[in-house]
Amino acid sequence: MSREAYQVPSLGGRNAFSNENLGAGSVDGPVVAYLCGECNSRVSLKRGDQIRCKECGHRVLYKERTKRMVQFEAR
Amino acid sequence: MAPLIVSHEELERRKIVNINSETVSNIPSTDFPGHWPGESHEWSLDRFRDGFRVEFHQNKQFESSFSLIGLDAAVANAFRRIVMAEVPTLAIETVYVHNNTSVIQDEVLAQRLGLIPLKGSVEGLNWMRWHKKPTDDNPETESELADFNTVVLRLDVECTKNPNASPHEEDPRKLYKNAHVYAKDIVFHPVGRQDEYFVGDGAIQPVNPDILIAKLRPGQKIEMEMHCLKGIGADHAKFSPVATATYRLMPDIKILRPIIGEDAKKFAKCFPKGVIALEPITAEDTRQNSEYQGHSGELKAVVRDPFHDTVSRECLRHEEFHGKVKLGRIRDHFIFNIESTGQFDSDVLFLESVKVLKLKCARWKRGLTDLMR
Repeated sequence: MSREAYQVPSLGGRNAFSNENLGAGSVDGPVVAYLCGECNSRVSLKRGDQIRCKECGHRVLYKERTKRMVQFEAR
Repeated sequence: MAPLIVSHEELERRKIVNINSETVSNIPSTDFPGHWPGESHEWSLDRFRDGFRVEFHQNKQFESSFSLIGLDAAVANAFRRIVMAEVPTLAIETVYVHNNTSVIQDEVLAQRLGLIPLKGSVEGLNWMRWHKKPTDDNPETESELADFNTVVLRLDVECTKNPNASPHEEDPRKLYKNAHVYAKDIVFHPVGRQDEYFVGDGAIQPVNPDILIAKLRPGQKIEMEMHCLKGIGADHAKFSPVATATYRLMPDIKILRPIIGEDAKKFAKCFPKGVIALEPITAEDTRQNSEYQGHSGELKAVVRDPFHDTVSRECLRHEEFHGKVKLGRIRDHFIFNIESTGQFDSDVLFLESVKVLKLKCARWKRGLTDLMR
């Protein structure tokens, strides 16, 4: 729970979306992969990019599922 | 003063629970000291041993039916409740989802997985011990995961397109690979000494391999690890070793006055098939009971097999049978029916319940001796 709690973005830029954390290297922000809602192809976007699939032009993109392990009780 | 001796008829009468047309009477048992003045109903082990009987009606691997005759409802009910709620079994308790892109949500999938009945070598299951859970007050009480308290299962499936499918194929099971995820896709990963106990046919596996867990489409993936623990039905129904565990009392039908001819046929129709038989009236009958006179050669109703009666009371609704028939149940004849979910054999389950009750009694006795000190 605590791992996923909301972190207030600090001015120092040491938060989850800071440039230092991810090796994207770009000044504009990290590259995040999305899935197209129409053709299911992977779309990589960075800050300021137009939200649009590069293959089919569809404007609905979905975030990928977390890579973290999630624990559930079978009850 | 010597205790009063009661006639056999009176004792038989006391054993019957009366089923009347709209009521049930003579329900509680009265064979305990102090109920009947002057009579001794002292409990004795010898008397119980002489009067107690067990009869098996059916003993299939996963379903058994048997009668316990000559014990009190309290004890019979204790066995039934223990079988359902206190005989330990193995079931999936925690699910670690690494990836699940199927349409079924993680928590729903986890709940479904928990309910899948598992089987494994009985020796190994008895070797396994409890896993203690942390409590709110004392989170440190959790026992470490070890080979003797946790079984690890994995479910890793990915759906892909089947290149060999015909272009006109519409069945998703042929069109794609792994379109349906079944219980048989769960893989057992033995740890430590589990290798010695759960080998070959004794490996931990689902009892029913064809339980549908989820449906997938190409590109979807399920990747998870499951930990199974030992638990009891009182904690969660998934740990209950039985599908059903019930008992009913033996039905008792008494024909008080003769039912003859057409009436007898109608009477037989009031009961399930085979319960009432029709027999010709003999000269012997006419001699013994004057009501048979002038009817020799006709059919009369006799009780053949009360075991299969449902005690529907249908015969009590008809005018012509008034005062001729008496329905009841025998208070100390319990017909048990135990249906196992597959982890243990059904007859073993009952013996397990006896074991649990014995342990409880030992604990209670220990408590009493501590109290005396």
